[in-house]
Amino acid sequence: MTNPPHVDGIEISPTGALPAELPHTSQPVGLWSDVWRRFRDNKLAVAGLVFVFLLILVAIFADVIAPYSITERDSSQFRSGPSSDHWFGTDLIGRDVFSRVVYGSRVSLRIGIVSTLIAMVIGVFLGAFAGFVGRWPGALVMRITDIFLSVPYIVLAIAIATVFGRSENSVIVVLGLTGWLGVCRIVRASFMQLNNMEYVEAAHALGFRGRRIMFRHMLPNSLQPIIVYGTIAIGSAILAEAALSFLQVGPQDPTPAWGLMVSQGKGDLANAPHLVLFPGLAISLTVLAFVLVGDGLRDALDPKLKTR
Amino acid sequence: MPSFIIRRLLLIIPTVFIAVSFLFFLFYALPGDPATLIAGGADRNPNPIQIQQITEQYGLDDPIMVQFFNYWKDVLSGDLGQSFQRNQSVNSILADKAPNSIRLAMWAFLIELMVGLSVGIYSAIRRYSWADKLTTVGTAAVSAIPVFVLGFILQYAFAVYPNKQGWPEWMRLRTSGIAAPRTEEEWFLFFIPVGPEQWRYLVLPAITLASVSTALAARMMRGSMLETLGADYMRTAKAKGLSERKIVVGHGLRNAMLPVVTLLGLDLGATIGAAVLTETVFSWPGLGSTIADAVTNRDLPVVLGLTLAVVVVYSLINLIVDVSYAWFDPRVRLGEGGQ
Repeated sequence: MTNPPHVDGIEISPTGALPAELPHTSQPVGLWSDVWRRFRDNKLAVAGLVFVFLLILVAIFADVIAPYSITERDSSQFRSGPSSDHWFGTDLIGRDVFSRVVYGSRVSLRIGIVSTLIAMVIGVFLGAFAGFVGRWPGALVMRITDIFLSVPYIVLAIAIATVFGRSENSVIVVLGLTGWLGVCRIVRASFMQLNNMEYVEAAHALGFRGRRIMFRHMLPNSLQPIIVYGTIAIGSAILAEAALSFLQVGPQDPTPAWGLMVSQGKGDLANAPHLVLFPGLAISLTVLAFVLVGDGLRDALDPKLKTR
Repeated sequence: MPSFIIRRLLLIIPTVFIAVSFLFFLFYALPGDPATLIAGGADRNPNPIQIQQITEQYGLDDPIMVQFFNYWKDVLSGDLGQSFQRNQSVNSILADKAPNSIRLAMWAFLIELMVGLSVGIYSAIRRYSWADKLTTVGTAAVSAIPVFVLGFILQYAFAVYPNKQGWPEWMRLRTSGIAAPRTEEEWFLFFIPVGPEQWRYLVLPAITLASVSTALAARMMRGSMLETLGADYMRTAKAKGLSERKIVVGHGLRNAMLPVVTLLGLDLGATIGAAVLTETVFSWPGLGSTIADAVTNRDLPVVLGLTLAVVVVYSLINLIVDVSYAWFDPRVRLGEGGQ
């Protein structure tokens, strides 16, 4: 029997020409290209991703974008509204709000990303340990997590920030030390499920050491929820950083932290609402962008959720 | 069930002990001498004899373990100590501020329940409608706006701007304070604002405090309701010819409430954070603004005492949440095996 005129299930058109775009049937579709394809269809998530990229560019090229420095004062303009000279107006002592918001992206991104990395490392290690070992050490870790969760987070954060001194680095430490609880629970739950998988049993039977099984065999398989959680966590960390800065336990004055700018501008809402509006908008959009990307990632990674 | 409740109640004790002890030692590490603080702060150069007296009176030069032991001895006898900053006992501060916080939290919780749940249900029933899309985007946006920024935006829109424009008095809401003298008798009436003036103080902070958890509740309710609507028993109910209202309310709601109830409990921690910010923004004289104030002033007894109260309440509410979880879903067997 001769081969009918098709290649890998693709019908060849009557003219004999192949379709312009061949489905990749001969080569397996990788997980990530599949994820990216689904992610691309989610307009909101793509918008979030674009915003995050723009923000990173703004942070990198802040020197080029900002027309003024963060301390430069225009002595002829105090808390004046938006104008062609000062796009976002000027603050109480005549500094350009636009420039400060632009430079503020560096503060927020640095704190958000570094503190999330710290929190993720702590949470993944403790969660993996608790889920893999189980028994009383695992229960102990979860008890500690419960206790941390039962202290109002913001009190803990303010207290630690006060101890470490009020600075950018102390906010990173605070958010790193308080942010691991959620990811710890997720990783533990995931590891407890994986414990019963056959390939993990096989790894045990082959005599691999616990550490190798945990990080080479199990961790890659619980990576998806960790990535989703981590993306959203950067947004949450930026939000928390803004709250701490607002309560004046974060970076101090010349630093253009967005939360601090809101706090400094709140005094004259009647005459200068722009002092609250622009930095507030910057925080909101940034947090929203990270959350949208995280949500989009979750849907893209778990197509079951969408079709249900 | 009763044994589960008792076990959970007993678990609150080590939780509170460890949490408060942790804060105790954390504050002990704080730079700055509390005696100087009590005497009026370093910038006022208080006289050394006074500092000496205060140090002895509060036992501040005792070894830390002695202070720690004394603190717990007092707490167990019902005395939360004396504020460093104000001339007031922590017990009386707690008695002063707690009702204000409860009043605010109660109304915020009502908003969360009514608005959050109904928006979530509606959005699930009318899936893919423009209202549903608006809900999805809107809830994400609201949870991304910092509580304090939202507070200021509301202040500007409903109080500052109308004032500037000279709008009629009834259109201007208030931005700071509570305007509610509390009387000893009829204390329960305190939680229901009397007259338009008290409402005008309550509305904005209540909405601000409710915002984040309302958005979360709506999202959660939507997701959970969608999942329930696809369940087999819902199809059965439809096949029986029940009206849509009966299906959604009678069969769907109770099942869809499960994850939402858990969320309402878990979310409480975030709500406490939001309360600190809301009370600060609106100068609402509650526990949140007092704790924030006390932390920045290093008023250790106040921080510890109020945290202790909050942790206890938080644990109790979580217990109630877990118990109600069993009520919503009889399949959940409490006290057996599970965490």
